[in-house]
Formats: sequence, structure tokens, C-alpha cells
Amino acid sequence: MANTTERLRRTMMFVPGNNPAMIKDAGIFGADSIMFDLEDAVSMAEKDAARYLVYEAITTIDYGDAELVVRINGLDTPYYQNDIKAMVKAGIDVIRLPKVETAAMIHELESLVATAEAEFGCEIGSTNLMAAIESAKGVVNANEIAAASDRMIGIALSAEDYTTDMKTHRYPDGQELLYARNVILHAARAAGIAAFDTVFTNMDDEEGFYRETELIHQLGFDGKSLVNPRQIAMVNKVYQPTEKEIRNAQQVIMAIEQARLKGSGVISMNGQMVDRPVVLRAERVMRLAQATNLVNSEGEYIGK
Amino acid sequence: MENKVKRNIPDEILTQYDYKPFTTTEIEGMPVQRELPAFKATTGANKLVDSLTDLVKSTVKDGMTISFHHHFREGDYVFNKVMRIIIDNGLKDLTLAPSSLTNVMNDIVVEAIEKGVVTNITSSGMRGSLGDAVSHGALANPVIFRSHGNRARAIETGAIKIDVAFLGVPNADAMGNANGMDGDSAFGSLGYALMDAQYAQTVVLITDTLKPYPNTPASIKQTQVDYVVEVDAVGDPEKIGSGATRFTKDPKELKIAEMVNNVITHSPYFKDGFSFQTGTGGAALAVTRFLRQSMLDNQIKASFALGGITKPTVDLLEEGLVERLMDVQDFDKGAAASMHKNRNQQEIDASWYADAANKGAMVDKLDVVILSALEIDTKFNVNVMSGSDGVIRGAIGGHQDAATAKLTIISAPLVRGRIATVVPDVTTVVTPGESIDVLITEVGIAINPLRQDLMAALSDIPGVPVFTIEELQQMAEKKVGTPKPLEFTDRVVALIEYRDGTIMDVIREVKD
Repeated sequence: MANTTERLRRTMMFVPGNNPAMIKDAGIFGADSIMFDLEDAVSMAEKDAARYLVYEAITTIDYGDAELVVRINGLDTPYYQNDIKAMVKAGIDVIRLPKVETAAMIHELESLVATAEAEFGCEIGSTNLMAAIESAKGVVNANEIAAASDRMIGIALSAEDYTTDMKTHRYPDGQELLYARNVILHAARAAGIAAFDTVFTNMDDEEGFYRETELIHQLGFDGKSLVNPRQIAMVNKVYQPTEKEIRNAQQVIMAIEQARLKGSGVISMNGQMVDRPVVLRAERVMRLAQATNLVNSEGEYIGK
Repeated sequence: MENKVKRNIPDEILTQYDYKPFTTTEIEGMPVQRELPAFKATTGANKLVDSLTDLVKSTVKDGMTISFHHHFREGDYVFNKVMRIIIDNGLKDLTLAPSSLTNVMNDIVVEAIEKGVVTNITSSGMRGSLGDAVSHGALANPVIFRSHGNRARAIETGAIKIDVAFLGVPNADAMGNANGMDGDSAFGSLGYALMDAQYAQTVVLITDTLKPYPNTPASIKQTQVDYVVEVDAVGDPEKIGSGATRFTKDPKELKIAEMVNNVITHSPYFKDGFSFQTGTGGAALAVTRFLRQSMLDNQIKASFALGGITKPTVDLLEEGLVERLMDVQDFDKGAAASMHKNRNQQEIDASWYADAANKGAMVDKLDVVILSALEIDTKFNVNVMSGSDGVIRGAIGGHQDAATAKLTIISAPLVRGRIATVVPDVTTVVTPGESIDVLITEVGIAINPLRQDLMAALSDIPGVPVFTIEELQQMAEKKVGTPKPLEFTDRVVALIEYRDGTIMDVIREVKD
């Protein structure tokens, strides 16, 4: 059966690691994942202060069910090792490494994380990892990166650096990202981990944001990295299932239940056998429906 | 003695001011005696006076009560002009009874207090350096804070006897016919000033735009006016509008506004012909935008919107989603300008708006109101008057009055910076918890246990978690910690009246 505990990761909200007000309120917007940024959002002079601030926030503030992610500084920086230690000690759910180009970079991170877990008495393996792909080399090596560690939960495209590396820039239609998006998506799916699309920074272009989100939803991405809490509702809207999808999923779930009660190994609906992909899709639809308040706790449809 | 909201009112205050302690928000059938001033009739003399200085000297005497309105808000020139003359002429022991005090008036009031020119104040509120001075014991006698409705009551019943009202108007004719909607410094409704025009013994209009006689439409009428003075400018048009006029982009404000809208639309009051009041500021404007969409989606129209009017509310009127605007003041130029063209934007005075001592006020018919709070406690008591340092920095406005609506919503963030908004006990009780139905914060809502009927309607709204107010208070405390208790001396520096003239709370001098 499907792994029913799979997390929804529609929205990964960036929170600057040096902004106390935003860190304090980060939990109220319903982001599936909150990503504290110690890297680009934080100037050199504030690196240590931001690390302390994020550490205190993670260990003090209740962020509810959100998955907590931290983007640490890259491995070519003097902050890399301290970032890892502090975040592992704080009990962060996921460390996101920027500018990943090889599996070896993940291996190095993994070993430092394991050492830190041992040092601070954390359960070994409790800290998950994810990689941001920001260059042509990273895209080319996406398969090995995605599969580099059991701790990997996802890979993300970071389009600003990537398009610069590709000697282009971002266009409204996203053609320049088509290859990278598909490669990253396939690498993620092949490794059984999540795929995150890049940020969309122009808050005044709502139409462009919807266009891009609909595209990546269609391709099959789990979700997007976001720069503003206002984008969360927009992504969730794109990802919310239709009433028809929910009704259908409910029937599939019911068929599973009936098969279970009958002790039958074969699930059938309307006289036809329900195969595994249909079951998986139905379960994902119901998770999305619950997350967007389209069904109540009993699983009944309550949307309009 | 301790009143109904468990506030200790010193006996000498009760005796000296002949106060009854606050007991209930139910004030049906209160006996009322109106008091009108005596005056000498005039028969058409020219009321134009050349010199404001001479006029102030001839009309204001030591010990008098003088009044102003605050419709020019931070763009007011009239208050400073008149007070300058009063101070320079060495007048003493005046009572200042404006509808409210804005920041632009602070410096000169502080000066008047220091020089003994002003020894009593009654107002809706005060902020900044004036609030600070009063909280540090600068004024000889306690300030009396009254809501807009309560000021109307106090004026009508003689609790405030205005000797001279100095009323700035953006236009007037030589006989005193004036309105608030024409001229360079137009502000729209004259709602608060209409009380002064009707009840003050002497009424002085101050304008920068003299109009040919007769000047109509007239909100203040020549039958009420003693003198008209022309000055260079009555206000700064750029500073008359208050608060935000654009929709907020603050994600937290938007989140709260969306929840407010959800609560309204899931309440039993959201049906065709309902009525509502929103305040000013980014969050209130955002609520108006969400509410508009919900009204369109559900094909529901409102019978009236009440109180301070903003441009987005005018848009609802023009779109046909609201039938009437009952307008006591206009918060922005758009709302002020629309009075002309929209005959369904009705100017109302403070008594009609919110007075508990007349034969029925608009607030009595109000279904839904959204109000703010500096603090709200686990008894749902609300403070809009004293800050986290205990210093006066707010105004009652129409808070107590509009809170009598059928669904009173307090919209406030759980914490502001490092200061909790939801607290065990408010510093100052302004509006009693008995009036408050739902608190809405960015993390969820709390429903007043007195409103069991609302529990069912509001308990299962998607995306609107329901907590007890104690839970919200604890969440706030967990986030920002437990503050050291404020320290006050025994000296009372301000009195908070309830809208019926009973006493709700006192504010004491802060100890630094």
C-alpha cells in the first residue's frame, strides 16, 4: 500500500533568518514547509546573529505541523560547518544545501550531519536533507544527487543562478526552464523524493504566478518555493482537487475499505478492479482535499 | 468600591463626580433630562467678525468650557490658532471639551496645561506628548474620557456645558450656514461638530472660504451660529485623511481580515439587509474588500454601513451592495468627496450615531461591527486607551457604542512586537467584555462564552480554528514572555466613563 504518511509539500516559504518579526509569525500562514534562510537573505555581518536567532526560534516557537527547513550557507563558506552544528542541535527537520552540483557534496553534508547528531545526542538519521540545484552541472547530475542519501527528501530548482549559468534569464513563458524542470522532476521521482519548483519574485504579477504554478502542477511538482506568505493561498488553490476528483477518490477509498472488510486482496469499484496507481492518486487527492478544507474530518465533501 | 468589571474606583472619585459605578451594558429606559443653554436672540445681524483675536477675548472668560471638533484630524489649523490667542491672553482654568484631540494639537495643549490655562479636559482620546504629560500628572484634574455617543449624551444632558464652541468649517456664509463637504479643506460629514453647534451657548464658525448667502446644503445652520470669522486656512488638505487608504499587503493583516470575513459570513447576521461598521486602517479596508466579494458571491446586500466612512465603503454604495451610508465622519478624501453626489450617504450627528440617551441611535440597529484593541483580556474586556507602558495613547471613539452591535468582533494580532495583545487583565477597561462576542487573531478566534449561540455557527469554519480566550492568552504569553507588572502611583489622572455616564475605570499616574 501507499505510504500514507507522505507529507504534502506544496509550499515552502522562505523566511529571512535575520528578521525576528517574520520568524515569529512564520507559523501562521499555513505553509507546508517553512524554510529559514541563513544564506542569501543574510549579509556577512549578520551570519552569526541569524544562526542564533533561527536556533532560538526553532527551539522556542511552536510552528505546528509545518516541516521546518533551514537553508544553510554553502560548503565553500566559513559558515557551513557551524550552520550544520547549530541546526542539527536545534532539531531542524530538513537541511537544504544550496548550489549542489555533485552527489559528493551531499555525502560530505551527510557525514557532518551524522557527526553533529552524535555530538548533540540526537537520534542518528533524524535530520533530513534536500538539495537546491542552481547550475547546469547540478541539473546534469540531478539523478545522482537525488539518490545520494537515504536522508534526502527532495530536490529544488533555483532558477536565478541556473538561468545565469545558462547565459539566459527568466522569461514569462518559462521555456528556458523546461529542461531543468523535467530533469529535476524525473530525478526526484526516480529517487522517490519530492520536487520543488523555483521561486516567483514579482508579487505584483499575480497572473504570471498562477501561470507558472499551473504549469508546475501539471508537470507533477510537489510544490514551489515561495518568497511571500501571500503566495501560499494561491499555490494551494492551484493544487486543490476538484469536486469530481474528490467524489471519485471517496469511492476508491470506500472500495478499499470494503475489500478490507471482506478480507479480499482485490479492490473493485463499479465492477472493475482498482489498481495501485488509482489508489495512490485517490489517497493524494484526499490529503490535498483535507489540507484545503474541502472535506471535513469525516472525509465528507464540504466545498462549494 | 469595585464595579462590575472588578475595577477599583476610589470613593472620593465617586463622591466628587457623583458617579455611579458601571453595572451593565443594558441601559433601556434610562431617564433623561436635556438641558439647553440660554442665549440672546438675534434677528439677522451680520455675524462676520474681522479679528479672531478680539472675538476670543470678548467671548472666552476664565473658568469657561470651550470646545472644538477633530474632523480636520492631523491637518487642523483652527485649534492651534484659537488656543494660541487664549494662552497669550492669559486666560485661566478653562475646561477643554473637544470631540477628540489629535497629535497636531498636543504641543499647545501641553503648554496650556503648564501655564494653568487648561485645568480640565474631556475628550474621546489623546496620544503622544499630551498623553504622556497627563499620564505623568501634568493636569490639575483627571481627564474624563467619553465615547462619541457618550459625549453627545453629556452635552445633551448638561454634563458638558459648552460656553464657546470654535468650529472650523471648510465653507460658510456670513450668517453661519456651513457644511463639511465643500472647499479646499473639505472633510465630509460634520457629525461630531453638529452637537456643539446645537448645544453650545456661543457658536463661532471659523472658515477660509466665505460663500454667498445662503450657502447650501447647510449642515450647521444660521439659527445656531453667533459669529463667523474668516482666516487664511482652516486646515491642511493633505493631512485631513487618516489611516491607510490602500489595501494592505501585510500578510498577517490579510490573514486576520480573511478570518474576520469568514466569521461574518458564517454568522446568522450575514443575510440580505444586514448592517455593518468597520473602522479605518489597513486591516479594516481589507475586511471591506473580502466582504464585498462575499456579498457578491452570496447575492447579499446591506441596508446600511455606519460610523466612520472610507472610500472602499463608498464603492460598495455605488456598486449597489450597500443601500445607505450613515456617515458621522469621513476618513479619506474619497469618502468626503462622495457626500455631494451620493444622496444615500447621509450625514448623521454623534447623537443619532451612538447616543444611549436619546430615543434610538443607529448603533441600536447595527448587526456587525469590527473593532480594534490595544489589549483584550480573558474576560473579553477591551483596552483602547493605555499602552503597554501604562501611558495614555488612544481614544474610545465609538468603541463602546458600536460594541453594542449584535455581533461585535475584535480584530487584533495575538502579539505586537514583543507585547502581548491578549492578556490576563487589561491595563484599562474601556469596553466591557459583556459587549464583545468574538476575538479574531492571526492564529484563530475565541468566542465569548456568553454567546453559546455563536459557538455552533462559528465552530466549524474551514481555516478558522477556535480556541478559548485563555488558550489564546497563554499562546501569546508563551511567545513573548511574562512582562513585569506596570507601576502606578495612587493619583488618578483620567476617568473612563461608560456610554451611559457611569464609571468604568480610572487611569493612574505612571511611576517611572
